[in-house]
Amino acid sequence: MLEFISQPWPWYVAGPIIGLVVPVLLLIGNRQFGVSDNLRHMCAATLGNVEFLKYDWKAGKWNLTFALGTVVGGFIAYTLLHNPDPIAISQATKSDLAALGISDFSGLVPVEIFSWSGLGTLPGIIMIVVGGFLVGFGSRYAGGCTSGHAISGLANLQFPSLIAVLGFFAGGLIATYFILPILL
Amino acid sequence: MQTIDYPPTTDATAAQEAQAPPKDGLLKYLIVGIFFGIVLTKSEVISWFRIQEMFRFQAFHMYGVIGAAVAVAALSVYLIKKRQTKSFNGDAIKIQPKDWGKGYRYWIGGTIFGLGWALTGACPGPIFALLGNGVLVMAVALLGALAGTWTYAALRPKLPH
Repeated sequence: MLEFISQPWPWYVAGPIIGLVVPVLLLIGNRQFGVSDNLRHMCAATLGNVEFLKYDWKAGKWNLTFALGTVVGGFIAYTLLHNPDPIAISQATKSDLAALGISDFSGLVPVEIFSWSGLGTLPGIIMIVVGGFLVGFGSRYAGGCTSGHAISGLANLQFPSLIAVLGFFAGGLIATYFILPILL
Repeated sequence: MQTIDYPPTTDATAAQEAQAPPKDGLLKYLIVGIFFGIVLTKSEVISWFRIQEMFRFQAFHMYGVIGAAVAVAALSVYLIKKRQTKSFNGDAIKIQPKDWGKGYRYWIGGTIFGLGWALTGACPGPIFALLGNGVLVMAVALLGALAGTWTYAALRPKLPH
């Protein structure tokens, strides 16, 4: 059993489980699924010195606990359900990325960039630090991230979320086809 | 004076949280979060490689995961609304609609988010899951995301929404 669930989960298993997070949070506590709110709560808890951050961040304790659970879940999957094989991405993606100079496909992320030594390089700084910054800035500006807009928002048939998701894709395509080729 | 149309300081989620019952056990959220972290990891959606595969349209996997998640969530939300299901503590379930404003925030903010998503290969959920997977350098991405959130908070009155 453990061996079976240690294999990569196909989309038709993983997708529905992720989708169920939405009704489960509504049912157990009337909460709306959205991970990026935690970034705001963390800022409000530490540096609540601008208007947007002056609120009682403790109201978001449930969500911060959910995020902590996500870290723990990642750790459990990494330790108890570990799969030693490289990520089985398509050959086409592998060739494209190899052409950009990525050679190590063994981990969850390309370790040449996403490591402490990678952080000392220009691509590392841009992809980790600037990329992180844009994720934080963009998700709060858009009022949600993949969970808040692409999953909860679309599931509730919210037109603003559809526009946000189209924006996510526009940005992702620009980074993939125009920025990464220059950077790597 | 130019009128700037931006939503009030407390947006939909924060407002909802303020109305929610204050005393609410946290263990259940920890458990749901653990399941979420496991499924994000085992479906490999936290992998930078998978995100690249998605943005290059070279496999169905990510579209399948997100599409199936939306379908199941949409059906659940439809049923909850139709049956007027109450949450376990007996309250009517409320889902705040997204305020359109002038719409700028969605396409501009969304595009900025997308740039970051493809560069880091991770959105906020996966950043947390990757930390658990021992990719500790993502703590720097998290700090970057916090800096981005703070910068948005500071610039908010000047940005079009």
